Amino acid sequence: MTLTSQPTTERSRPGDHILALRGVGKKFGAIQALTDIELDVHAGEVVAIVGDNGAGKSTLVKILAGVHPPDGGTIEFHGNKVAIASPADSKQLGIATVFQDLALCDNLDVVANLWLGRELTHNASLDEVEMEKRSWTLLRELSAKIPSVRTPIASLSGGQRQTVAIARSLIGEPSVVILDEPTAALGVAQTAEVLNLIERLRERGLGVVLISHNIADVQAVADRVVVLRLGRNNGDFRVADVSSETIIAAITGATDNAVTRRAAHKTASTSIVTEASE
Amino acid sequence: MSDTKSSAADVAQDATASTVATDLQDERLIHNAGAGGAVRAFFTRVRGGDLGTLPVIIGLVVIWAVFQLLNPNFLSSTNLVNLTLQCAAVGTISIGIVLVLLLGEIDLSVGSVSGLGAAILAVTFVQQGWNPIFSILLALAVGVAIGLLYGFLYTRFGVPSFVITLAGLLGFLGLQLWVLGPTGSINIPFDSFLVQFAQQWFLPAWVSYLLIVLFVAVYAWQLVSQARRRTAAGLSAMPAGSIIVRAVVLLLLLGAAAWYLNLTRGVGAMFVFFLALVLIFNYALTRTRWGRAVFAVGGNVEAARRSGIRVNRIYMSVFVLCSTLAIVGGLLAASRLAAANQGSGGGDINLNAIAAAVIGGTSLFGGRGSAFSALLGILVIQSISSGLTLLNLDSSVRYMITGVVLLLAVIVDSLSRRSRRAAGRA
Repeated sequence: MTLTSQPTTERSRPGDHILALRGVGKKFGAIQALTDIELDVHAGEVVAIVGDNGAGKSTLVKILAGVHPPDGGTIEFHGNKVAIASPADSKQLGIATVFQDLALCDNLDVVANLWLGRELTHNASLDEVEMEKRSWTLLRELSAKIPSVRTPIASLSGGQRQTVAIARSLIGEPSVVILDEPTAALGVAQTAEVLNLIERLRERGLGVVLISHNIADVQAVADRVVVLRLGRNNGDFRVADVSSETIIAAITGATDNAVTRRAAHKTASTSIVTEASE
Repeated sequence: MSDTKSSAADVAQDATASTVATDLQDERLIHNAGAGGAVRAFFTRVRGGDLGTLPVIIGLVVIWAVFQLLNPNFLSSTNLVNLTLQCAAVGTISIGIVLVLLLGEIDLSVGSVSGLGAAILAVTFVQQGWNPIFSILLALAVGVAIGLLYGFLYTRFGVPSFVITLAGLLGFLGLQLWVLGPTGSINIPFDSFLVQFAQQWFLPAWVSYLLIVLFVAVYAWQLVSQARRRTAAGLSAMPAGSIIVRAVVLLLLLGAAAWYLNLTRGVGAMFVFFLALVLIFNYALTRTRWGRAVFAVGGNVEAARRSGIRVNRIYMSVFVLCSTLAIVGGLLAASRLAAANQGSGGGDINLNAIAAAVIGGTSLFGGRGSAFSALLGILVIQSISSGLTLLNLDSSVRYMITGVVLLLAVIVDSLSRRSRRAAGRA
C-alpha cells in the first residue's frame, strides 16, 4: 500500500484538545439516557465508543451531531464553551457525522453526492470540472478505490459507499469526524478498507470518534476506548494497555458475564470431547 | 469487481499517472476509445437498462412509418407543420409534469388549471376589455398561487400530492365554470396578438436557419470550452473529432427538419416558444444547483435534507412551476383555438400531458428524467392523434391507442428500472 496521503489543512496540530464533554446528561421522558458523561477528543486521535445496546452511544452521537440538545453539562470545542442546538450548528463548528444509513442519493453519481448541497458554481452554472478534479484529489488522499466518479452510487459496493460517505464528510474541512458503526454491514476486505480510511483521517490530524460493536476493529484502529454502560462512563482505556476481556468486562459490567461464561463452557465441552476420544 | 490490487499494479499505475487523465487511471475501468468504443459503450449502457431516449425515438420512427404507409399525407410538410403547432400547448403543460415526476410526485389537476387560465384570459380580455398583458399576468399569478397552495398543503400537512391535486382537479374545474359564467363559451378576437401568435406567426425561412446555426454554434462552443477546462484540470476530455461529428449531425438534422417545414408554412412561433421552454428547463435541471437539488430530493429525500438542501422550498418551487406552466399551456391552447369554453382543459389534455412525460422517458418513481422527454413524448402522442384523424378514425379509437402506448411506456420504465438494478445502475 502506497501512502500518498498528506494532511492538506493543518487547522489543529496533533495532540490539541479539540472536544471536551463534561457532565453531559440527556433525559427522554422518564428515562435518563445519559448521566454525567465525560469525553475528550484530541487532534490526530481515534476514540472508540463502545457499549451494549441501550448504553447511550447513539444518544451521545446525536447530541454531538445536533440532533438532540443535551439537558445538562458543558461541551467545549477548541477550549471554548459551545451550544450545539441544531445539525447546522454542529456542522458550523467543524463536527462531521457519518450516520449508519449513509444518506446517499442512489440516482446521482459520486461527484454529485460528494458536493450535494455545497456545489461549486462557475458563471452561475454548476462547475462540474472543478468538482470532479477536487473529488479525485480528495479520493486520492484517502487512497480510496473508486474506479470512476461518474458512475451512479447504486453501482458501488458497500465499502465504496462508506468511503464516499466518509469522503463527503471531509469536504467541509471538519476537525472532528464521528463515524456511527462504519463497518457494521461490510465484508472482510471492505472493513479493512474502511479501517485504513480511519487511519488516514488520523494522519490528516483529525479527531475521530468511532462507534462500534466490533472489539477487533476497535483494537485494530483506535487509540483510546471509552466504555458506556447504562448511560454512564464505565471506563476509559488506552487500547495498547488493555485486553479485550477487560473491555468486555467493562461493557457488561462484570468479569463474570455472558461472554466469559460462554468461553468457559466452550473450553469445558472441548476438553470433554478430547477426553472422550482418548 | 475485484477490490484487491497487487503492488505491481500500483507501481505501474504510478508510472503512467502522469500521462493518463486523472479519471481514467483505475485499472478496473473498461476503456472505450475511438468510434468503435463509443458504439460499444452505448450498447453496454442499453443492455444495463440505461435506455434514455432510445425507446421513444424507436417508437416515434415506428409510428411515423406505419401512418405513412396507411396514409401518404401523414409525413407531408403541411401535416407536420400542424403537428408542431398541436404539440406546443400540451407539451408546455408536460414540462411541468416532468418536474413533479422528478420529485416522485404527481399533479393530476394540470388540465383544470390550464382551463382556468384560458377562462381568466377570455373573461378579463374579451368581456372586461383589459389589456391582454394584464390578463396574462393575472392568469400567471393565479397559477403561482395554486402552486403555492399545493406546496403548502404538501409540506405542511404531508397530504399525498395525488390526493391534493385530485381535489384541485375538481375544485379548479368548478372555478373555471364559475369564471366563465352563464355564457359558457367566449371567442377571442382573431386580430389580437395572442391568436396571431398561435395561428399566424411563422419564422421567415432565413430566421429559422439563422437560429439553428446560432444554436449549434453555442452547443459546439460549450463542448469545446468544457473539453478545454477538463484538459487543463488533467481530466479526460471529449476529442475534437467527436465534437465536430456531433455538431455537424445536429446541424444537418435540425436544418433538414426546418427545410422540410419551410416547404409550406414553416416553423411556428408557438412551437419555437415551446422549444425555448424545453431548453431553459433542461439547462435549469442539469446545470444549476436547483436542478441538482430536484434530482437529489427525487432520489432520496432524507439524504437531500441532511445535505442541507431546503427540501420544502424545492417542493414549493416545483409545484409552483408545474401550475404556472399549466396556465401557460392553457393560454396557448385558448389562443390556438381562438376561444375559451367550458370544455377548455378538459377531455384528454390532463392525461396526455402526464402520458407525454412518461412516454418521453421520465420515470414515475422519481429522480430520473429530462425536460426533453416532454418534447419527445408529446410528439408521439400528437403523431398518433394526427395519424388517426387522417385515417378518419374517431376519438374512441384514439383514446384506446393512446392508452396502450402509455401502458407500453410504463412497462418499459418498470422493466428498465429492474435491469438497471441488476446492472447496478438503479
